[in-house]
Amino acid sequence: MVRTLGLALAFAASGAMAQTTLLNVSYDPTRELYQAYNAAFAKAWQAKTGEKVSIRQSHGGSGRQARSVIDGLEADVVTLALAYDIDEIAAKAKLLPGNWQSRLPHASSPYVSTVVFLVRKGNPKRIRDWDDLVRADVSVITPNPKTSGGARWNYLAAWGYALRKSGGDAAARDFVGRLYANVPVLDTGARGSTTTFVERGIGDVLLSWENEAFLAIKELGPDKVEIVVPSLSIRAEPPVALVDKVVDRHGTRKVAEAYLQWWYTPEAQEIAARNYYRPTDAAVLRKYEKQFPKVTLFTLGEHFGDWQQAQRTHFADGGTFDQLYKPGGKAQ
Amino acid sequence: MSSSALIARALDPDGARWLAPAASRRPRPVLPGFGLSLGVTLVYLSLIVLVPLSAAFLKTAQMSWPAFVDAVTAPRVVASYRLTFGMSLAAALVNAVFGLIVAWVLVRYPFPGRRIADALVDLPFALPTAVAGIALTGLFAPNGWFGAPLAQAGIKVAFTPLGVFVALTFIGLPFVVRTVQPVLATLPRELEEAATTLGATGAQAFARVVFPVVLPALLTGFALAFARAIGEYGSVIFIAGNLPMISEITPLVIITKLEQYDYAGATAVAVVMLVVSFALLLAINLLQAWTRRRLGAQV
Repeated sequence: MVRTLGLALAFAASGAMAQTTLLNVSYDPTRELYQAYNAAFAKAWQAKTGEKVSIRQSHGGSGRQARSVIDGLEADVVTLALAYDIDEIAAKAKLLPGNWQSRLPHASSPYVSTVVFLVRKGNPKRIRDWDDLVRADVSVITPNPKTSGGARWNYLAAWGYALRKSGGDAAARDFVGRLYANVPVLDTGARGSTTTFVERGIGDVLLSWENEAFLAIKELGPDKVEIVVPSLSIRAEPPVALVDKVVDRHGTRKVAEAYLQWWYTPEAQEIAARNYYRPTDAAVLRKYEKQFPKVTLFTLGEHFGDWQQAQRTHFADGGTFDQLYKPGGKAQ
Repeated sequence: MSSSALIARALDPDGARWLAPAASRRPRPVLPGFGLSLGVTLVYLSLIVLVPLSAAFLKTAQMSWPAFVDAVTAPRVVASYRLTFGMSLAAALVNAVFGLIVAWVLVRYPFPGRRIADALVDLPFALPTAVAGIALTGLFAPNGWFGAPLAQAGIKVAFTPLGVFVALTFIGLPFVVRTVQPVLATLPRELEEAATTLGATGAQAFARVVFPVVLPALLTGFALAFARAIGEYGSVIFIAGNLPMISEITPLVIITKLEQYDYAGATAVAVVMLVVSFALLLAINLLQAWTRRRLGAQV
């Protein structure tokens, strides 16, 4: 309060116009995406209203970021890796209504991604699809879905594939069990897994979000790793939401709402595409179709209900993931 | 002052009983300010240690007893206790042996570069644990400098429980060296010389003269290294592999529970760790007091 007052005074004294500040609490790999988006939005907002806005960013593991908001980090908007984390903010801290996800188009996910395979250059193990991941001679790197929100999509992608192929939960459980039996290291987050795969040279294939796989290739050069797109994968939907109680306290509701809604403009959708997230706008997606290979995507809702259900069944203590590691379980 | 009185009263009656005989046995200290400094000590310890810890206990108090037992005795959690306490103990033991040797060399033998070697000992203190973890993983991974030859010999270190041991040994070393070093430095060389002139061999002089003097400090160093290893997260997480039932440490289990917003479950496991660690540290402290008393009686 004192600081905002001080800031306001400083601006008044310098004759500049008071500037609104938003805090966007996001997850790890969106750093570049939001750098580009924030700059573009600030420009668009100023052109439209004449007001200046600056957006501060906070990045970290999705679950940890959500806990910070629950514990009092004053986020005007949250842009996390999965709806479950925002559900928890709504349920535990009551900072936004429980139906937050229906307030914006596409279940509040303006950009989406999917789970792909990153393999070593030349694909020496000839990994083409999910079935290759359970082969005895293939070693798979993926983070622990209990500590990494992003990795929960990996797990569900594998489960969904097996479910569609064989049609039964028992078969899916068996398939996922065999897959995780091939995982020699369970890192706590996606970056850790990428390091294990690339720097340590462990594993034949890394399960990764498509945007992070592109980033990895951009950073490492295309002579080290390449992307393999499976026949079927999950539509990973990282959602965005307004934190009602915080924006009302800050008096930033109008600009924060506009900040999130601007995602659905063609200009913003192009920013998503350029940062390797699949745009939800059909026209923009068509424009970038060379970049994003065609793949059949199923949604969380098709096979797992909602996040609360998926969390309970698969990732809560004693869920299907824990059962894989029971003494005498599949992954032993 | 009133708050310190309050906290003193809030302490359990055991604490009061512990204080009373000690105060009556010893003569009133000559140094002034006992009351004030004790007050400061109690307030400080309460604010920094007791209040956060009791918050953990309060959080678990929300759980029913069966839920608590379930949370802390799940096979996966028990496996993590075994790994964390076992590897911490092993690492602290190794550090006790080699830390003593390092301290001995640094104190007793002048050699070129001693100051640098001395400063190196503190590095594990100063290094961010994540940096240590990444560096060790790089070294011991199957494609690393140590890892590659070890892998050829069929020994896997990184991403196995052995990796946990390596990381814990690394972070624990300074504790032993830094507690033993000052004691060795104040130990007069004449003691050994006297022992030798009385016919003791070098080994006897060490075992009967030097070692008993150093032992209490060594136990303290061991306890510190052990305690630090139990709570260590940052460096271990990179090298452990983190497979449930195999290479998952207890602090990771706690983080995992937090990640699922299971605050009560996380603090339940933390409480078990706290209680066990406290019991072990208390035992080591008592042992240390006992050796010191025995030593006092001997000399």
